[in-house]
Amino acid sequence: MRKELGLFLLLIAVSAITAAINPLFLSGVNLLDMANLIGMFGVFSIGEGFAIITGGIDLSIGSMFALLGVVFVDLLTEYQVAWPLALLAIVAGGVVLGAVQGFLITRLKMQPFIVTLCGLLIYRGAARYYTTDSSRGFGYGDEADTLRTLAAGHVYGVPNTFIFLVVLAVVMGVLLHRSVYGRYLYAVGKNEEAARFSGIRSNLVIAGAYVLSGGLAAISTVLLVFYTNSVSPSSFGNFYELYAIAAAVLGGCSLRGGEGSILGIVLGTALLQVLQNLVNILGIPSSLNFAVMGTVILLGVLADQQLQARRKLAAAAAGTARAAAAPALAHRGQQT
Amino acid sequence: MPEALLELAGITKVYPGVIALDDVSLSLHAGEVLGLIGENGAGKSTLMKILGGVIAPTAGALRIGGQTHHALTVAAATRTGIAFVHQELNLFENLDVAANIGIGREPRIGGPLRLIDRRRLRQGVAPLLDRLGADFGPDTPVADLSIAQRQLVEIAKALSISARVIIMDEPTSSLTISETERLLAIVADLRAHGVAIIYITHRLGEIAQCADRVVCLRDGRMVGELPRAEITHAAMIRLMIGRDLKSLYIPPREAPRAGGCTLAGVVTTAFPDRRIELSVRHGEILGLAGLVGSGRTSLARTVFGIDKLLGGEIRLDDRAVAIGSPRDAIRQGIYLVPEDRKRAGLVLDLSIRENITLADLMHHARLLLIDRGSEAKVARAQAASLSIKAPNIETQAITLSGGNQQKVVLAKWLSMQPRVVIFDEPTRGIDVGAKTEIYALMRGLADRGVAIVMISSDMEEVIGVSDRIAVMHEGRVSGLLERDQFTEYNVLRLAIGQTLEPTESAA
Repeated sequence: MRKELGLFLLLIAVSAITAAINPLFLSGVNLLDMANLIGMFGVFSIGEGFAIITGGIDLSIGSMFALLGVVFVDLLTEYQVAWPLALLAIVAGGVVLGAVQGFLITRLKMQPFIVTLCGLLIYRGAARYYTTDSSRGFGYGDEADTLRTLAAGHVYGVPNTFIFLVVLAVVMGVLLHRSVYGRYLYAVGKNEEAARFSGIRSNLVIAGAYVLSGGLAAISTVLLVFYTNSVSPSSFGNFYELYAIAAAVLGGCSLRGGEGSILGIVLGTALLQVLQNLVNILGIPSSLNFAVMGTVILLGVLADQQLQARRKLAAAAAGTARAAAAPALAHRGQQT
Repeated sequence: MPEALLELAGITKVYPGVIALDDVSLSLHAGEVLGLIGENGAGKSTLMKILGGVIAPTAGALRIGGQTHHALTVAAATRTGIAFVHQELNLFENLDVAANIGIGREPRIGGPLRLIDRRRLRQGVAPLLDRLGADFGPDTPVADLSIAQRQLVEIAKALSISARVIIMDEPTSSLTISETERLLAIVADLRAHGVAIIYITHRLGEIAQCADRVVCLRDGRMVGELPRAEITHAAMIRLMIGRDLKSLYIPPREAPRAGGCTLAGVVTTAFPDRRIELSVRHGEILGLAGLVGSGRTSLARTVFGIDKLLGGEIRLDDRAVAIGSPRDAIRQGIYLVPEDRKRAGLVLDLSIRENITLADLMHHARLLLIDRGSEAKVARAQAASLSIKAPNIETQAITLSGGNQQKVVLAKWLSMQPRVVIFDEPTRGIDVGAKTEIYALMRGLADRGVAIVMISSDMEEVIGVSDRIAVMHEGRVSGLLERDQFTEYNVLRLAIGQTLEPTESAA
């Protein structure tokens, strides 16, 4: 929890400084806009987090948005499919793409970076070929009104996307931190061989993470489509996988696997969105957007590593002292 | 007596809260093999790190070749001719033998281009390999070498810096019996050439064979020294643990019961053209001896479902069981305590509790959510009954000693319903005290009716612990020994593929 607390304090500090310089930061419109973005980005960042905890990575998310996005709009406009069916088809599509990637990674033993990099290239290419590079959009916005209200509406002013993220984070938090699957995920991420020797079907556990990532990317697709109202296949969702990776890493996931928490990922997403907002609202040239983000991630991860190294050193010193003092578990047990 | 090559005077090393070394003095002469023994945590590694210049002593002095130092640096240690042959080998697998031996000291050509003079490098290395009787050349990639061959590379590296003192830290822990013999011959040869050797091992038989003198560390203090004539197992063990150790063998409480695990014509991926027949009864400890590479580990992996079973049948109480994955094996109550506990036995970053329940998590879960209370109860009970030494069950496994880590692996299986447990080198790298505890646990399990298979390359262990011994040679079981046939000689004969001498079996 220490990591999450640190991240939370950083988030508060950055927000406070921004608000002090420009009070508009705290205006209702701005806060709601940020909440909406955090909601949308948080959903797929959580999926990315699962892939990263297995020790892998999912680079295909952004291109999945483009491919699933154009198909989704076409289903609703061109083919007039009922929205629940379209939604189901898109989520199924994401799950299938994730499952294929998971299969290649676990059964055919390919590296996750390569598999999902190829996914990134293939899905983007497929989206552009399918649309002959033209944008897909809604007409006058009366398609799938119910779904639009669900995805882009708000309750008492709070964007539905944000509410959805909170609910999703709780569910995924329980899955990751309290369920058998979550424990297996950490064990496999830290030491796949030992997990296998304990009877865990590590292939299924890892593939499951990619399925989750694909499924959540599909849900994000729907949220993003209703946010932008149109999908340009060559640019829709570009680089979004990098936002997700950045959020996960900032939130405490290690690219070596086996580390990370849902709360951390959500806070990481929030911090990234606040940083973007800060660039706009403080009148920093928007061309510096990425540079600001990069710098903060670099400093954040660096600080975290330094603190961790120091803590480990302290723990090691305490550990040797304890070992010398010949400890307890055993004796307590024998007396009872 | 000539002047000592290396002398330590009053070396003390204090860490916050613990004294790792307390006023240790010793001397080493040219052409002497000094055995250094002591349980894990006795201070051997700290002392070696000081000699290697990795850490500086808090107090005391080192005298090397007439020069006094208060602390060494790594460079200074190398310069004064101290070399290490490490327990875990420090070689670059992706480079060839010559590159490894010359690393950091490559002969150069091309002036400012600083290119490596590969010809000269190879020419320098070849005679060293010849001297050690190596069966590989300077161009062989290290990745292609066996562990024994890699050790020769390490020794050649020591010779290449004309080391006067070579420190061998557990050099034989991964070697087969014949490879060990060869290493000991090399040690004798080095000694004859005036090299001084500090030989650290848990295998007392090797010390008895090669050392001129033995010193023992316990709790950071030098507790005794034995001259050549007084080096015996009993004397060394007394020094190490400060008391006499009873015989290893604990007889079973009752005769082994009928039934158990039978392998009928099992074919493993390691030896696809050999069939293995073997059976172990409930309540007995079957030692599985043989040279490294004789197919023992591969057999264990096959029975546990890690490797594919290519043919034959695994029978449990006369019922054939289908095992295609560790999950299947675990469901049948067949468990494996793997050879490499850090890689395959434990998830080091998880806590003791999480490691113990990892294989049985479904039993601690309701609706797929984990009940941590139930986990903690089982973990605490296991930690207490196995005497796992740790602050509490939330301690990360990585911070535990080898013996305690092994107990956590055991606890994982004991918390379930074992019927057959295969131990692969259960006490490798574990100190004497913890070894006896592990043996007692194995016997306790057997007495509960579990069939135990113990793969071991440690002759003392195989002979001292087993009720019966099966010996493997090149992928098949070459013979079975009952207790009255247990001799090192018999095990070795079977291990190299010969049959028992008729007089032995008649006796």
